[in-house]
Amino acid sequence: MTATAIRIRGLRKSYGELEAVKSIDLDVAEGRVFALLGPNGAGKTTTVEILEGYRNRSAGEVSVLGSDPQNADASFRRRVGIVLQSTGVEPYLTVSELIEQFRGYYPDPRPLDEIIEVVGLAAKRDERVKRLSGGQQRRLDVALGLAGNPDLLFLDEPTTGFDPGARRGAWQMISNLRELGVTVFLTTHYMDEAQSLADEVAILVEGRIAAQGPPGILTAGKQTRIRFQLPEDTRPPARSTAAGDYFEINTDEPTKELHELTSWALEGGVELDQLTVSHASLEDVYLELTEAEKGGAS
Amino acid sequence: MSGLSLAVRQVRYENLAFWRNPAAAFFTFAFPLMFLLIFNLAFGNEPIPLEGGRTVRFSTFIIPAIITFSIVNTQYTNIAMRIVFGRDAGLLKRVRGTPLPAWCFVFGVIAHAALVGLLLVAITIAAGALFYGVSVPTSTLPALVITLIVAAATYSALGLAISTVVPNADAAPAIVNFSILPLLFLSNIFIRIDEPPAWLDFIRELFPIIHTVRAVEAAFSPLTSGSGLRLGDLAFIALWGVAGAVVAARFFSWEPRR
Repeated sequence: MTATAIRIRGLRKSYGELEAVKSIDLDVAEGRVFALLGPNGAGKTTTVEILEGYRNRSAGEVSVLGSDPQNADASFRRRVGIVLQSTGVEPYLTVSELIEQFRGYYPDPRPLDEIIEVVGLAAKRDERVKRLSGGQQRRLDVALGLAGNPDLLFLDEPTTGFDPGARRGAWQMISNLRELGVTVFLTTHYMDEAQSLADEVAILVEGRIAAQGPPGILTAGKQTRIRFQLPEDTRPPARSTAAGDYFEINTDEPTKELHELTSWALEGGVELDQLTVSHASLEDVYLELTEAEKGGAS
Repeated sequence: MSGLSLAVRQVRYENLAFWRNPAAAFFTFAFPLMFLLIFNLAFGNEPIPLEGGRTVRFSTFIIPAIITFSIVNTQYTNIAMRIVFGRDAGLLKRVRGTPLPAWCFVFGVIAHAALVGLLLVAITIAAGALFYGVSVPTSTLPALVITLIVAAATYSALGLAISTVVPNADAAPAIVNFSILPLLFLSNIFIRIDEPPAWLDFIRELFPIIHTVRAVEAAFSPLTSGSGLRLGDLAFIALWGVAGAVVAARFFSWEPRR
């Protein structure tokens, strides 16, 4: 049983009439990568900013590294690294100067070279910030969050606006952090990001947690999907449903179902174009939950 | 690291960033020198005879206005801009998330602005003495230093205070300039209004600028006998500074308004 880095009970936050967060319970164990998922406006940033000590909550209990972030003092700040969504740094300083400046704020900072190595900015260490690309600036944001050698790192949508190569690089970086034993609290709306990085995810929909657990467990028990295309004017098999240009069979018995489908196709001389068999992904779970909420609301 | 050394460190980084933008730095320094040049071209630089056979160049009497303008510019205008732009860019919020004490950050901004202001004053006086025969005060020098410190502190506090009412960076130049330019015109900075109508006199006496001009004049003019310290004016300026500090402390914001 590992210690708890973040504990939330009955958290609520209202802005006037608007209830942005409607009672959240969460636990994040030390040394884990936790991802908070949800569509825009679901209350992700509000929740994170309460944990970071930027916002006061309306109700509930919050403990981050044993402290109440609402009374965040210097000793709390020394143990927490924060990477916000919006970037803002001195554009005329260089990468290493800025990291050096932020290292100076902490009693036990991480070595400069190590930070630059982890975020992959070695080639840009003497470059001024204004000459960095968007992705490089985001890495610098993470570097500044790591400057104080934090026990807990908040990453608010760290890869938004990245090209696919840069995202892979960022994922590698976050994996490196896990190796270093840092607890990472991540928000994202990229499902593949959460699936490949997080030990545990929570899906936030309209201020409530709709599902929570390790990505593997959230997708367990979901059906396997068999998907294919048929030539025009072919009568589809009985158990399939149309989904756009495709036909789908969702099943708990993929082996039997696939056997029957291919037998049917062979007998009829039908080619199953674009045939795929896949297990439900986090994205399917997410879409199911967010669609259900939309349906319920309308 | 102690709070004080963190604060001093902030000044160093502010300074580093300031000089990395040479265009901005150049114009900060070119401004008062341009005024010195323009005033001399406009008003000439006649020698004025004083009692005891001494003469003093006319330029000596325009330096106090330029000094006051420099201090208002570096403390009030520049600090307000720095805070509003830093707030909009998320820089202030980021700093707030670190263990750096808030006062260290604010100190860094103010102290750096004051160093630039001091340098401006020194350059203005030096250029005046070098090129226009301006008389540099000796016996009233302590009064000049004290006056500059009081003025710098006050306009810094007022710069922080005005930053609390500016909603965003786009609005900053308009609001900050609107709040200060009319007063500069009325308060003998750019033009001298020696016998103003009563209402105008009443209005300008309410604000600290004309008191600053007067205090700097007393500390700079070779006509002054005695210490050159105008305690009444300094107290009035300081009162504005206290008011500004109270407003800033109460309403200062680390994040842009939503």
